[in-house]
Amino acid sequence: MDWIMQTWPWYVSGAAIAIVMLLLLLVGRNFGMSSNLRTFCTICGAGKNTEFFRFDWKAQRWNLVVVLGAIIGGYIAAHYMTPDPAVNINPDTVTELKTLGFESAGTEYLPEELYGGGVWTDPKALSLLLLGGLFVGFGARYAGGCTSGHAISGLSNLQWPSLVAVIGFFAGGMVMIYFLFPLIFG
Amino acid sequence: MRSISYLLIGIFFGITMFKSEAASWFRIYEMFKFDAFHMYGIIGTAVILGVIIVQVIKRFGVKSFYGDPIEFTPKDKSIPRYLIGGFIFGLGWALAGACPGPMFTLTGAGYLPVLIVILGAVVGTWIYGLLRDKLPH
Repeated sequence: MDWIMQTWPWYVSGAAIAIVMLLLLLVGRNFGMSSNLRTFCTICGAGKNTEFFRFDWKAQRWNLVVVLGAIIGGYIAAHYMTPDPAVNINPDTVTELKTLGFESAGTEYLPEELYGGGVWTDPKALSLLLLGGLFVGFGARYAGGCTSGHAISGLSNLQWPSLVAVIGFFAGGMVMIYFLFPLIFG
Repeated sequence: MRSISYLLIGIFFGITMFKSEAASWFRIYEMFKFDAFHMYGIIGTAVILGVIIVQVIKRFGVKSFYGDPIEFTPKDKSIPRYLIGGFIFGLGWALAGACPGPMFTLTGAGYLPVLIVILGAVVGTWIYGLLRDKLPH
């Protein structure tokens, strides 16, 4: 059982994601995480002046339970199943990230510079996290789904709009990393 | 009872996101740089198995555990919303290194600055709702 404490190989991880999708279909639901962000808006009262948020959020309660599970799963995995959180990325990538100022590349799960305890007093890091979140939330709803809804569920159902969305995801990600990262972190 | 099943699926999903390292900012960076096969292997395996699962469900009319037919809602046919929305999503995915599932996994894992990303994502969704009628779809 030692492998379970290591990084799961891609074929195990990919199969596990397909099983998550299958189980959700078998309990009569579907796999899509960004819908929960819309539900949060509705719970916070966004339906008062915006029609898009006027829906019966209680019908989406099941997905909030999945979110709760994902939080608990993260706790279990990080605290009981990961003796060494270092992510073993390509050594060339580590070198490159160090030149961008990410000293924790290759030794941590997330970069200290964005997710360490020190960021609460670092206005630049906080702004970047907020901005990243804004793009993810806005973009996911505009595109009608995120990685789970489009890249997994949509492509599995051979929906070409999902392929267009995934091409968009990669175009945006590459522009951010190739063109904007050197400006932001360089 | 049904809630328990959603919770267990969520827990399995959360563990998978963390242990696959799909929730790691470093893996997302490495993926967009095409420096490793790992993330492509994960998504590729999930999609290939997913296609088989969906085809089997459709061909054999598999029903849910509760006896209801399993239905798939086709996506609206258009280009702008998927391309522009997807592009903006990609900018954020690369910057924050987290998409909407892993955000919650990382919260549980104790990386609390991710709460700022979640806050941003909720506000971003809200802004979309406010601007929706003015955007090309």
